[in-house]
Amino acid sequence: MEFGIVELSRLQFAATALFHFLFVPLTLGLSIIVAIMETVYVMTDRPIWRQMTKFWGSLFGINFALGVATGITMEFQFGMNWAYYSHYVGDIFGAPLALEGMMAFFMEATFVGLWFFGWQKLSARAHLIVAWLVAIGTNFSALWILIANGWMQYPVGAEFNPMTMRMELTSFAEVIFNPVAQAKFVHTVSAGYVVAAVFVLGVSAWYLLKGRHIELARRSIAVASAFGLAAALSVVVLGDESGYDTGQNQKMKMAAIEAMWRTEPAPASFTLFGFPDREARETHYAIHIPYVMGLIGTRSLDKAIPGFDELEKESERRIRDGITAYDLLMTIQETKQTGVDPAVLADFRSRSADLGYALLLKRYVDDPRQASEAQILQAANDTIPTVWPVFWAFRIMVGLGMGFIATMAFFFWRASFRQMDFPRWSLWLAVFMIPAPWIAAEMGWIVAEFGRQPWTVDGVLPTALSVSQLGITEVALTLAGFCIFYSVLFIIEIKLMLKYIRKGPQDDIAATDDWFADHRDHLSAGQFSREGTK
Amino acid sequence: MILHDLISFEMLRLIWWFLMGVMLIAFAMTDGFDMGVGALLPFAGKTDRERRVIINTVGPVWEGNQVWFILGGALIFAAWPMLYAISFSGFYFAMFLILAALILRPVAFKYRSKREDPAWRSRWDWALFIGGAAPALLFGVAVGNVLLGLPFHLTPDLVAMPDTGPLMRFLGLLNPFSLLCGVVSLALLVAHGAGWLVLKTTGAVQSRARKFGERAALVALLGYLLAGLWLAFGIEGFHYAAPILHDGPSNPLIHPVTRSASWLLAYSERPWITIAPVLGLAGCLISWLALRSGRELAPLLGTKLAIFGMISSVGLVMFPVILPSATDPASSLTVWNASSSHLSLFVMLVAACFFLPLIMIYTAWVYRVLWGKVSEDDVDDPELHSY
Repeated sequence: MEFGIVELSRLQFAATALFHFLFVPLTLGLSIIVAIMETVYVMTDRPIWRQMTKFWGSLFGINFALGVATGITMEFQFGMNWAYYSHYVGDIFGAPLALEGMMAFFMEATFVGLWFFGWQKLSARAHLIVAWLVAIGTNFSALWILIANGWMQYPVGAEFNPMTMRMELTSFAEVIFNPVAQAKFVHTVSAGYVVAAVFVLGVSAWYLLKGRHIELARRSIAVASAFGLAAALSVVVLGDESGYDTGQNQKMKMAAIEAMWRTEPAPASFTLFGFPDREARETHYAIHIPYVMGLIGTRSLDKAIPGFDELEKESERRIRDGITAYDLLMTIQETKQTGVDPAVLADFRSRSADLGYALLLKRYVDDPRQASEAQILQAANDTIPTVWPVFWAFRIMVGLGMGFIATMAFFFWRASFRQMDFPRWSLWLAVFMIPAPWIAAEMGWIVAEFGRQPWTVDGVLPTALSVSQLGITEVALTLAGFCIFYSVLFIIEIKLMLKYIRKGPQDDIAATDDWFADHRDHLSAGQFSREGTK
Repeated sequence: MILHDLISFEMLRLIWWFLMGVMLIAFAMTDGFDMGVGALLPFAGKTDRERRVIINTVGPVWEGNQVWFILGGALIFAAWPMLYAISFSGFYFAMFLILAALILRPVAFKYRSKREDPAWRSRWDWALFIGGAAPALLFGVAVGNVLLGLPFHLTPDLVAMPDTGPLMRFLGLLNPFSLLCGVVSLALLVAHGAGWLVLKTTGAVQSRARKFGERAALVALLGYLLAGLWLAFGIEGFHYAAPILHDGPSNPLIHPVTRSASWLLAYSERPWITIAPVLGLAGCLISWLALRSGRELAPLLGTKLAIFGMISSVGLVMFPVILPSATDPASSLTVWNASSSHLSLFVMLVAACFFLPLIMIYTAWVYRVLWGKVSEDDVDDPELHSY
């Protein structure tokens, strides 16, 4: 791959988005876990729950700072590196981002300061409400961002306006209730809950292994495993797949996930393992499981999943239609000042859905109408994404997802029956699992965004056209700048996180011990016992 | 009749131009004092406790304040996509520096007091200084360059092509006039931050803040006057020579802008806008006098007035132009040729009418809860969760 401005801009977006997404999922889930703990505190007035709230809240704060900081980059990168994209679809894409700011981010950011600083200034109930406002704000943020992202995957409620040379909104309701966006929201937010649940579980397990903060750790495990099991099930069951039968690009993504080179008769089998080879259009050393892919992809046993052979033909047809649309657009352009022939305009409108496919040819030729037969075939071939990253990312993600369900179910089962003396192996497993949901979440991003290529907006705007007209040095320098800057911040963040985890909960220890001394007699043996697992 | 036709396209464009101004002013008034406080931190606070007092005056609110910046960006994206695209890519390196500074700030606030090590704390103090001073300066530089026009032209497909190379795209921004605007902006926000510290602190920190604030208010006042004179005698403006369609399609090439002798011709066409620069100057003066006479709330109100007046003066004098092109005036963006579609503006307006007042209400509530001075004893109390 030759490294031009497009590749560098993509790399920059991927690097900053993947980095941002290290912090977002934990924020999403931890905000709710902390709010749940504070709710228990306010309802029961037990100091231990206040201690838990403050302790996990302090870790939330360390993480939140970087989530906010790296989110700023995301908001402005569209204009900086993707100027043509911003012009071309800003009429639709800008609105969810603005709504995110007005409805969600403002709420989250305004109240998070009050949450940390307001313990003495607010009543317990008011403070609890603030905690929930932070959690709700955080989760609404995700909703609007995923509506924006969902539109890139499946652009509904918009059409091309030849007078302004861009996409314009036709129905905001369609944009909001986009099925792909809704599915993505549930999936992504649940994934965030899993990240936070595994984090809380893992840290608590480590405390149990060290015989420290046992009361805090056990209660945290109870909260995290219940929350985490529900979330892990929801990630898989209400997963991303429900959106896959809509939209051409989603079909391409599905085919890439399965490395489905040729359409197979229903129900398709699932390739558990293999090495996809895009050149040979073959998956080497493939191991198949019958029926499973048909179930994942179509939720049926009688619908076929289209393979690349079929999808590529469809792309080719749309490219040829797109060239006709482009020709009509040029006619409109020439007659714009003198008055456009309504018949030409109507004809263009009926074909404008394929205009984006003609723009794929701009990589090879300035005027798509001049494209050779070979270039058309090449452009059709380009609509197939690079298969192996999508194929492998999906398998890693799903495999880990199953692991989370099993782990959470185990801990939830024990916690439900108050068997809080967890075997040491299970505690170590929980500790070592901490990074796993992050890997799964990042893999999910790769499946969604790599699988969308070669488009920024599916079928509407090719990635190659979306960039700003910048110099390579500019983008390379800022990319290097972000990498260095982010790496330093990351190291600092991890060190602080570890320091505060090692330090453990600080305040209210005495209060907790007092409470415990008062209540010791009332507690039945084995339940909340002070002896650790050691 | 479709709902969005209730408000004409022309009116929606005007409202969104106005709201863009509201957004920028709200950002400068709120996040502006955080940045000013950051820029003053190493000078107004000498000991670690003093610095923690300073940081904790903005500790609970800077995060919400910064959202005005993010929301401003998002609303420009939604309402003025072409302005968003061309300005952010046009100010590429400057935007990167602003981003770097604004990324540094949240981290510095949260992490500074998490370790006792003096070297660690001192490093983060300087990070807060840069995180406050650099954006304050660069925002002014950006405004200066917007008045001068950016070097770009639009192709018939409306791709924005830069007319200078990468190096000049950055260095060209640092011209004398724009740097002067940067100094005005930095001085004004430092005065604003000083006003905040005077209100929220006592003792040595307060009196140092007064001293720096006085000087800064004076620099802002004189710098603003100088920039005005420069605009009057040394810089060409942009305008529509012929009457144009106010509800035409958002395509700059259909109704091109041309050069005018001076931006300040707007004062003869719309004399009432003179009120804006008068308020800008008066605000600086009030702030300066109030700092000298030992008042506590008036300096902050003075700089708020100055921010309102100065930002309004730039917007009003340029109206209807919002981003001119220095190299190809016909590609310049205006209120009438660079907005989102009628429907999109309407949907956003409905949302803004609901959420903006709500934001203001809860923000005011948060400020009320946190009202009062921050003392050195407060920062010793971990229950107040001080930075």
